[in-house]
Amino acid sequence: MRSHLILRVVAKLLIPFMLLFALYVQFHGDFGPGGGFQAGVIFAAAIILYGLIYGLPAARLMVPDLVVESMIAGGVLLYAGVGLAGIALGGNFLDYSVLAADPVQGQHRGILLVEFGVLITVAGVMLKIFYVFAGRGKGIDET
Amino acid sequence: MTIVVTLAITLQRNLFAVVVMSGIYSFLMATALVVLDAVDVAMTEAAVGAGVSTVLLLGAIHLTQGNETRPLRKPLLPLVVALGVGAALIYGTLGLPAFSDPQAPIHVHVAPHYIEQAMAETGVPNVVTAVLASYRGYDTLGETIVVFTAGIGVIALLRRRRRRE
Repeated sequence: MRSHLILRVVAKLLIPFMLLFALYVQFHGDFGPGGGFQAGVIFAAAIILYGLIYGLPAARLMVPDLVVESMIAGGVLLYAGVGLAGIALGGNFLDYSVLAADPVQGQHRGILLVEFGVLITVAGVMLKIFYVFAGRGKGIDET
Repeated sequence: MTIVVTLAITLQRNLFAVVVMSGIYSFLMATALVVLDAVDVAMTEAAVGAGVSTVLLLGAIHLTQGNETRPLRKPLLPLVVALGVGAALIYGTLGLPAFSDPQAPIHVHVAPHYIEQAMAETGVPNVVTAVLASYRGYDTLGETIVVFTAGIGVIALLRRRRRRE
């Protein structure tokens, strides 16, 4: 896909907005539709689009395997860590009310952190599956 | 519309066309979910079903071959099983309460509490997010671990083969 000028230009225009939209879906998930899972998938889709147009090595250079693998584990750890923080601060597992002085504020903070954990894991898993599928054999980028 | 696409998917032997049509099917499902006011699920269906999985299936076709081989025998027994299970499922839906019936069991148990108290208890206006992340936080943790396990499984399966080549 080295020569597809229109695809390359359009992808370059679209990808920043896709990443921004993923963050919007994530942080606006408290008020409108959306949340960690959707945001993670959109984020991964933006990177996958980049990989499709510019080739897998370019995508791997931008988001290296080590980062992706740390994301897969990091999201779950963040989620479980928020739960354990609840225990440490004197509540139950995954009880967010104790995370801040005001219980409602604590709930809000807990939900944001937990959704962020979901985003990290989902985006990491989607990207990793794409990397290992496209990295086998000849690879999508050489069609 | 979905029936037409489904029939086309089963009859088509060119796998590239099948993948493209399953993308169309996912977008139709997303539209149906928007009509049912489940925007969150519609978003996921459009992004995962039509976007990411189409790319992954195309990658899989690229690794194998583009046409489905003809079956050696007529698959009659699977057809009978599929029709039987389908008929049983349709019979099962007849026992469900009417769509959006306010007296349905699911609407009189904990749902009223969530709808009335979610804003006061969690400070999050979107009830879906409040239920997902706070009231049912334990379930969502389990879901995240399922995604995590799926990722680890794919890594374990595909990475070893690459090293062998």
